[in-house]
Amino acid sequence: MQTKLTGRVWKFGDDISTDHIIAGRYLTSTDPKVLGEHAMENADPAFVKKVRPGDVIVATTNFGCGSSREQAPIALKAAGISCVVADTFARIFYRNSINIGFPVVECPGLHERVKEGDTLTLDLAAGHVVLPSGETVRFQPLPPNILEILNAGGLVPKLRADLAAKSA
Amino acid sequence: MPAQTMAETIIAHASRHPSVVPGQIVDGHVDLLYMHEMLALALKPFDEIGVKKIWDPAKCVVTIDHWVPPPTPEVAKMHQAIREFCWAQGIERFHDVGDHGIIHQLVVERGYVHPGELVIGCDSHTNMAGAMGAFAAGIGATETAAVMATGKLWLKVPETIDVRVSGRLSKRTGAKDVILKVIQTTGDDGAAYKAVEFHGDTVKAFPMNERFTLSNMTTEMGAKAGMIPSDETTKRYLEAAGARGAYRPLDSDPGAKYLRTYDLVVDGMGPQVACPNNPANVKAVGDVAGTKIDMAFLGSCTNARIEDLRAAAEIMKGETVAPRVRMIVTPASQAIFRQAVKEHLAEVFLEAGATFTSSTCGPCFGGHMGVLAPKEVCISSTNRNYPGRMGSPEAQVYLGSPYTVAASALYGQITDPREV
Repeated sequence: MQTKLTGRVWKFGDDISTDHIIAGRYLTSTDPKVLGEHAMENADPAFVKKVRPGDVIVATTNFGCGSSREQAPIALKAAGISCVVADTFARIFYRNSINIGFPVVECPGLHERVKEGDTLTLDLAAGHVVLPSGETVRFQPLPPNILEILNAGGLVPKLRADLAAKSA
Repeated sequence: MPAQTMAETIIAHASRHPSVVPGQIVDGHVDLLYMHEMLALALKPFDEIGVKKIWDPAKCVVTIDHWVPPPTPEVAKMHQAIREFCWAQGIERFHDVGDHGIIHQLVVERGYVHPGELVIGCDSHTNMAGAMGAFAAGIGATETAAVMATGKLWLKVPETIDVRVSGRLSKRTGAKDVILKVIQTTGDDGAAYKAVEFHGDTVKAFPMNERFTLSNMTTEMGAKAGMIPSDETTKRYLEAAGARGAYRPLDSDPGAKYLRTYDLVVDGMGPQVACPNNPANVKAVGDVAGTKIDMAFLGSCTNARIEDLRAAAEIMKGETVAPRVRMIVTPASQAIFRQAVKEHLAEVFLEAGATFTSSTCGPCFGGHMGVLAPKEVCISSTNRNYPGRMGSPEAQVYLGSPYTVAASALYGQITDPREV
């Protein structure tokens, strides 16, 4: 997985729930493409039309609250979002994202320092974001056990590698 | 050994450590893994991990609950894949259509959850099982595949928030009103990444059905788990559920360290309602009384147990649902459905003009069986009201107790159940 990402910013506020991210009516599909076409529909119906691959969501607190539906990070990833940065995340959304190899970063206060459309560069391993002004904002780098999962491309490839190492 | 909270005691045991401290990352051995339709999404990752057989089919429970019976060929295919997997893997505790229930209700009423266990479910409301004195947390599909393959789950030991509830509630006021008040106090992320324990004389006096409602909605505080010490009430429930011998008393150790303690005095407190569009946007029922409704929904893992149906029937017996209002009653399990028929509760609802359906999560998550149109207003005994949760993002959902739902259905507007 890339640990350096560059993308345009889409801003959201507090409590963006899994119902905003992917509505219950689409959960009968397990196809990432279909889910991606409806990402964030309950928050902004035009969202997927505006997003370009690599874009970044910057939100405030409790991003991904609500359901355990893994379709939520799947939909964002399939819509082209490369990373979500928020003040805080809801825990199941956070774990689901890491497990499918979708980076999520807690960087409290970033939301108020960026504008929608700004281009950001994130370094996940080093733990910083570079703003358009060239200014650097630091965040707590991801813990080693989580970086390990992300670097493997998700929990499944990591477990495969672990099992192969065990039987070798 | 340091004094341990309930979460620490259980996680220490599950990770084979003498004790643990918050922040420590451990591998927990899972005592019970339970799954619903999310299992269909876990099949591909399970296959990709490359393990042929699940770690222990006797530690798994599967039912289908979100879309029952299946409304589309896609869902029917999902159910088919689940069925075939359970049969092939030898999961004996697979509860198919007819024997089904909302998974959180099914695992407690069948006696599958025991105090002191690490319980993992592929649904956010897995917290409910914590009312049995277990550590019960929800996960997603990929992680479900990982647990099926390995029997283990990495956990960061959470800090614990102690919620102490004391005092005597007003008439027709119960655990739903209490937990809404708690969520109003903490906010919908006030317990994010944390475990919650409930203590106090109000909680101690609650029967299991009320305790389930408390633990269930710790999810809406952002909590990882919501636990209630196991006691004689738990013991009697386990015995009635056919799990005699599974009881053990479990509480936090004296002197266990809490991140925070909330002391909630509920003397004389009346019914509460969470207003659109956040479960923490809670008001006393009197402040929203008179709000016109289009639908009343009595269902979900939060509040559709037999006691909830009895409460609603007490208000609705011999009465009629208001003109231009639909009411849907969906029991939390087929066992509750059968009991409601036996007790003639189904008859009360049907004669009042309500629809009485087979058990399913249904409209609670906007799936089927009663979703809302734009601008419609619903009073619901469910757990979340974020935009679009129950159908159209322009619908308005108010969350309340079964009493409040029933009283509101009769008057066509949000109504204080103490006044009917």
